[in-house]
Amino acid sequence: MTAGRKMNLILNIILLLLVALCIFPVLLTLIISFSSSESITEVGYALIPKSWSLDAYKYIFADPLVIGRAYGITIFNAVAGTVIGIFVVSLYAYSLTIERYKFRKFFTYFMLVTMLFNGGMVASYIVNIQVLHLGNTIWIMILPLLFNAWNVVIMRTFIQTSVPKAVIESAKIDGATEWRVFFKIVMPMSVPGIASVSFFILLAIWNDWNLPLLYITNDKLYNLQFLLQRIMKSIEIIKNNPEYAQAAKTMTAIPTESARMALCFVALGPILIAYPFFQKYFIQGITVGSVKG
Amino acid sequence: MNQLKKTIDTKEGVSRPKNWLKRNKAQFEILGMSLPGAILLLLFCYLPMFGIILAFKDYSPRDGILGSAWAGLSNFSYLFKSNDIFIVLRNTIGYNLVFILLGSVLNVSLALAVTSVRQKMASKFYQTVYIMPYFLSWVIISYLGLALMNVSNGFFNQSLLPAMGLNPIDWYTNPKPWPFILTFANFWKWTGYSSIIYIAAIAGIDPTYYEAATIDGATGWQKIWHITLPNLRTIFCISLITQVGGILGGDMGLFYQLPLDSGALADVTTTIPVYVFKNLTKGSASSLGISSATAFIQSVVGCILVITVNKVVDKISSGESALF
Repeated sequence: MTAGRKMNLILNIILLLLVALCIFPVLLTLIISFSSSESITEVGYALIPKSWSLDAYKYIFADPLVIGRAYGITIFNAVAGTVIGIFVVSLYAYSLTIERYKFRKFFTYFMLVTMLFNGGMVASYIVNIQVLHLGNTIWIMILPLLFNAWNVVIMRTFIQTSVPKAVIESAKIDGATEWRVFFKIVMPMSVPGIASVSFFILLAIWNDWNLPLLYITNDKLYNLQFLLQRIMKSIEIIKNNPEYAQAAKTMTAIPTESARMALCFVALGPILIAYPFFQKYFIQGITVGSVKG
Repeated sequence: MNQLKKTIDTKEGVSRPKNWLKRNKAQFEILGMSLPGAILLLLFCYLPMFGIILAFKDYSPRDGILGSAWAGLSNFSYLFKSNDIFIVLRNTIGYNLVFILLGSVLNVSLALAVTSVRQKMASKFYQTVYIMPYFLSWVIISYLGLALMNVSNGFFNQSLLPAMGLNPIDWYTNPKPWPFILTFANFWKWTGYSSIIYIAAIAGIDPTYYEAATIDGATGWQKIWHITLPNLRTIFCISLITQVGGILGGDMGLFYQLPLDSGALADVTTTIPVYVFKNLTKGSASSLGISSATAFIQSVVGCILVITVNKVVDKISSGESALF
């Protein structure tokens, strides 16, 4: 075995250990969700449980109202946010690539300034509640995540590199308006950019718990992540106040330990399934975004 | 009649229209494209920027941001009178320094390791697995954490520690291991993601450099030191600038969700975002003042730091590696 081959082998072993490190907590959680409660009482959260069971999933789907509603909220937010977001971002990005546009410089800086400076959590909170009246509405979980400078920079770079100027120019000579050029030429030719930015928006909305934590008190508007956070929180309260435990057992919102982990997987599933397909665009987007703005 | 009108209209279109609106039609069209995004920026970025004057106000919801009375620097004096802020600053800056410094080394090392694997399929596979944690929210990760650290049933206390002959640890009330847990969790979530740009940069290096080095008899390490690393310098500096700007910020999920908001751990988990959040949601007027003063310091210092570090990097690298 040559030195180079030996190094390669060692490298692979190290990288495989890191693979195990990445997967282990996720795998453990998945196994817990399929463990029977007897097994959990006996051996705790073990990689190989004493007995397997589907009870956790049966439990969740037996009374799907709470989780179903949270799922619905998350899906609505994600779909509406991504569709609106991708149009708003692409339109803004395209307008910044048009050379004859008189406000091109202005809107470029208008966007870049927000990368450098922000008002912070308190000012945003007061503005969103008092000025925009968005507290306890579904829009507070969508609007702030639709549009950011980073996504515009990515989209602009994608448009500049994948739509040839000559194509746009010839369409304009034929009398096409800017909007027509945008819908008929720019959008169809920037599919990788759209895929990339859509996934960024989708991910931001799907994984968000921050906005409901600050702005949502109506439990009918809980999204998945926030529902999970509330459940975790109520379990902690019960653990520290044993007198609640008996009452809690009758509450459907507080599932058994395996059901908790099952819930976590139900929230996680779609992202875990989707990301390997979007990975290519995702990586392209990050690479493009890191290039000097 | 209609036919006649049409011909007149088109004739007018050909000649330069006198009407200002018509002449600038294309400009308005493009403006319409910028507008939706600009409005969102205005509402969710610029309004809060002006809202930052809250730090100098005695805010009352009834009077609104502009109507509330000016408070001078009293919010800041409240903030510094409570001893919390020093612990909070120590935590925030301490964690961030470790995250930035150790993180830079880890990100570049992981990128070098993944790209050095000879089997391209394996390299792709590693990358796919390593970015997976990035897609999990901190709420989800807090569940994974609980699977490991649950006091009675968790994997650590039930399987790992007994196997090593150690006593179980009360993970969520014992602050000692948390600086390490938080650091580990941070890298667990972010390293795969952060190494992506380095992997892409390494893939973009002209292969003829390496071929020439091989002919000259360079070893693998020499190639890394003399070719790969210098090529990563620009990206390294850019990521450093952006990270240093966030030294008073932080990932609220890491410090709030992962420790399950446990009061016993507050001394080692309270960083600026958590502190601002907790004071903001406490609901009293003085806590709101403290919260807005802290948020003000965070925003202003962050902005100054980005601009300063960018200047310094710009000077050192003579314009090559600066962000703007």
